[in-house]
Amino acid sequence: MHVAIIGNGVSGITAARYIRKLSDHKITVISSESDYFFSRTALMYIYMGHMRLKDTQPYEDWFWSKNRIELLKDHVQEVNFSNNLLKMQTGPPVRYDKLIIAVGSSSNKFGWPGQDLDRVQGLYSLQDLQLMEQYSQGLRRAVIVGGGLIGIEMAEMLHSRHIPVTLLVREKSFWDIVMPAEESAMINRHILEHGIDLRLGTELKEIIDDGSGKACGVVTNLEEEIDCQLVGLTAGVHPNVDFLRDNQLVIQKGILVDDFLQTNIPNVFAIGDCAQMENPKPGRRPVEAIWYTGRMMGEVVAYNICGQQVPYDPGIWFNSAKFLDIEYQVYGEMPATVPEGQSTFYWEHPGGKSSIRINYETQTQHVKGFNFMGTRFRHEVCEKWIVEKTPIKEVLMNFAMANFDPEFYKEYHQNICQEYEKISGQVMTSTKSRNWNQVFEFIK
Amino acid sequence: MSESNQSMSLGNPDSTTLDLVQKIAAAIGGLGLLILLVSWVGVDLPNKGFWLIISLITISLGTTLYAYQTYLNSPEGVKNNGVWFRSLTNRGLIGWIAGIVITGFYICLYWFPQLVGLHASGNIGLVALFDPLSQLLKGVPASQWFVYGTLYTMAILIFGIKFIWKYRHNRYQVIRTISVMFFQTFFAYLIPEIIESLNTSTNINWFDKDLKNMWPLDYDFFFKWHMDNMTLAGKLGTVMLIFGLLMIFVISPILTFKFGKRWYCSWVCGCGGLAETAGDSFRHLSDKTLRAWRIERWVIHLVLLFSFVMTIAVIYSYLGNDPNQYYLTRSGFTILTTALLLASAGAYLFFQRKQKDQQKNTTYIILGAVLFILGLYLVNYFSGSGSAYFFNSEKLKSWYGFYIGAIFSGIIGVGFYPILGSRVWCRFGCPMAALLGIQQKLFSRFRITTNGSQCISCGNCSTYCEMGIDVRSYAQKGQNIVRASCVGCGICAAVCPRGVLRLENGSIDLYEKTDDLHNIQVPKSSSS
Repeated sequence: MHVAIIGNGVSGITAARYIRKLSDHKITVISSESDYFFSRTALMYIYMGHMRLKDTQPYEDWFWSKNRIELLKDHVQEVNFSNNLLKMQTGPPVRYDKLIIAVGSSSNKFGWPGQDLDRVQGLYSLQDLQLMEQYSQGLRRAVIVGGGLIGIEMAEMLHSRHIPVTLLVREKSFWDIVMPAEESAMINRHILEHGIDLRLGTELKEIIDDGSGKACGVVTNLEEEIDCQLVGLTAGVHPNVDFLRDNQLVIQKGILVDDFLQTNIPNVFAIGDCAQMENPKPGRRPVEAIWYTGRMMGEVVAYNICGQQVPYDPGIWFNSAKFLDIEYQVYGEMPATVPEGQSTFYWEHPGGKSSIRINYETQTQHVKGFNFMGTRFRHEVCEKWIVEKTPIKEVLMNFAMANFDPEFYKEYHQNICQEYEKISGQVMTSTKSRNWNQVFEFIK
Repeated sequence: MSESNQSMSLGNPDSTTLDLVQKIAAAIGGLGLLILLVSWVGVDLPNKGFWLIISLITISLGTTLYAYQTYLNSPEGVKNNGVWFRSLTNRGLIGWIAGIVITGFYICLYWFPQLVGLHASGNIGLVALFDPLSQLLKGVPASQWFVYGTLYTMAILIFGIKFIWKYRHNRYQVIRTISVMFFQTFFAYLIPEIIESLNTSTNINWFDKDLKNMWPLDYDFFFKWHMDNMTLAGKLGTVMLIFGLLMIFVISPILTFKFGKRWYCSWVCGCGGLAETAGDSFRHLSDKTLRAWRIERWVIHLVLLFSFVMTIAVIYSYLGNDPNQYYLTRSGFTILTTALLLASAGAYLFFQRKQKDQQKNTTYIILGAVLFILGLYLVNYFSGSGSAYFFNSEKLKSWYGFYIGAIFSGIIGVGFYPILGSRVWCRFGCPMAALLGIQQKLFSRFRITTNGSQCISCGNCSTYCEMGIDVRSYAQKGQNIVRASCVGCGICAAVCPRGVLRLENGSIDLYEKTDDLHNIQVPKSSSS
């Protein structure tokens, strides 16, 4: 059997690796983006000089032939689902028995005047990075539009090259559609501390043409004109599925898939950013464009292609990010505003660069989720607390066990417990220490 | 263009070159280096003590001022911007020049000390510049090794300060760096030199007084002259001898068991100290390929074998057969070393059985090597030849000193920092690291744990691993990391942008999480 995979991102590559583990099928991974799989989330570090492209590739070049995973650098122009054929841009057509579509996302553009000028770009692909590198020559100021994860990454990248950056954020506070107010405010402060020109409550109205088709500035909704030679559009992404529309494949926002990641065409599967779940799990979005879900889908689709019916179940939500120097980890559902019937407990370090937040059901006291800023906590432990509906008091008494900060870091579990005592009136003691033995006993 | 700068940066983001303070710092440091250079080329400076102090102070001041300006004007955090863009740190022209200059300096130190000014009839040049300090500390003129030791210690101190500022948000790094600075300054430099100066009697010859420098890194510990000098030096020598033996056989295995080899390699050791401080800018240049790992395992263990064989041969050669003359006769020594070798092989098999990723070939190679050295040894013993092996021990000694002691640890180890990374010696050549590494792999409680599924395979951990460990290959699978070569510097955990790695000392589960894929994606029931 020949399995063709369009896209060599984390979803497609994970699928290829697991199909190889599970079977002897012929595997071809097609990409026009790069010769080898690289970590998309690490693109920023190439620009910042922390790593070279080579360093972001998780497998050495010999890995692919050794594991009989054929890599084809070409662009799929059209899929003929009736005849199982892929029409390629340069090479001969590719016939498949099963097809996995893992084509990722494209940057959003919301019809801004000037959005298609030169020197206007998103940041998603390796080509975007090359473009950004090219535009950085002699760049005096950049304007980034969009207060999300890619926006702040792009700002950090330019800032690392000493290029002044203005960050336009439509919301009143950075990423406050996802982050609760206190965490969002912490990020605002941190962005300003780094000297990035943060404009909250400011929208892009239009991008100015310098007369030769290049962007030379933007106008905001406050009618302010800002000179710049690069405009970064980072207002989210959408599934990169336009080349598949008007075909037999059912596509809404993304390619519609069932619980087994199968599309409406039986031998065609879709995974990663471009897939849209027909029946998302409660509390989950139908399209989740994040690294971790892409990786999980890649593994699940491999089982389903190799004849083992495994439904996609991403489990308890988790994610992570880094806002300049502040790390962020989230376990469980942590919406920007506390859901009805739930309460929130928040503790912030006096330095204002680290905090913890626990949401719990007001009635039962069961914990529902955790937000961590500037401190690291163990995934498995937090997940288990959520799954087992542990009361917040018990969680806080054992909180030290989940701490994942490096050795010798100051621990604040006593302070956190005291803070909770003040609020709840319950007396408690912090019992556990952050010792791997205890953790292992707990999670095994 | 005179547009107003709307950026509110404190760190002057418009600047793409050195700022004024950095230029001044570079000038101050350059002045100090110039004094060293001028005296090296033979200018006979008047009042050498004054110029030496000026030189050491300006180098230290220039370096630390530069580091201050670089790191303390921006918020705390990972500071690797532009590492792969700079000529010094991406094997560019400046990197090669630095490598060649350091290598040349080492060649002078080892084989042409007269080129740096060492003369029995009265030092000149660079060595002469250090005479006043040597006179002050130990009452004799400087040697080229005194110059080297002083500059080495200064490098660890000033680049240690730089490192502390660079990682000031990370207490593990700060405390660890204070530790290497402390051990270098006191144990390796000041205490031995001062003890030397307290020795008023002239008939006591030199022996190593650095308590932390142990066999097999200190490969001449068991040489005849060294043993003689220790035993002839009265109480102090006896204490050093006993402590040295305790370090090798008792203290170091216990500490490695509890904390991993990091207690030595990245907290105490002088070679490690220099790599972690002055070498920090080059840590990303280590080779991460599987091929490099294969070469590493062969080379470092062959060096360990070499040092072992050489030491046995040397000791054997100066022992006699008469029990009345020697505490330890050749027969006794043969029995002792045979028992030690067999016990080591037995211990290897015992601890190794628990490992799930055990490699049959490795076991055969190790057992084969033990039998081979034992066989040759016993053949020589029973045939009554004067040497432990067919070789003359003097030859083994000089080969080891030349190839391992000088070329590998000095010239390649430090001279090639800007080309091969800062831990080439520790990774490929150090017999001590090999020995502690075997202990770490077999029975230590130390491991790096990974945080569930949070890894994004970005590669920062692998890139900044000075030992060339592909940390990411474990982290992205959610496996714990137990590798013989890991020196526990903690930088992988520091540079991880998602908080995935943590160094810890546990006592259970050494192998459980290093074996299977930690697979939370697919429920176990359906994937089995």
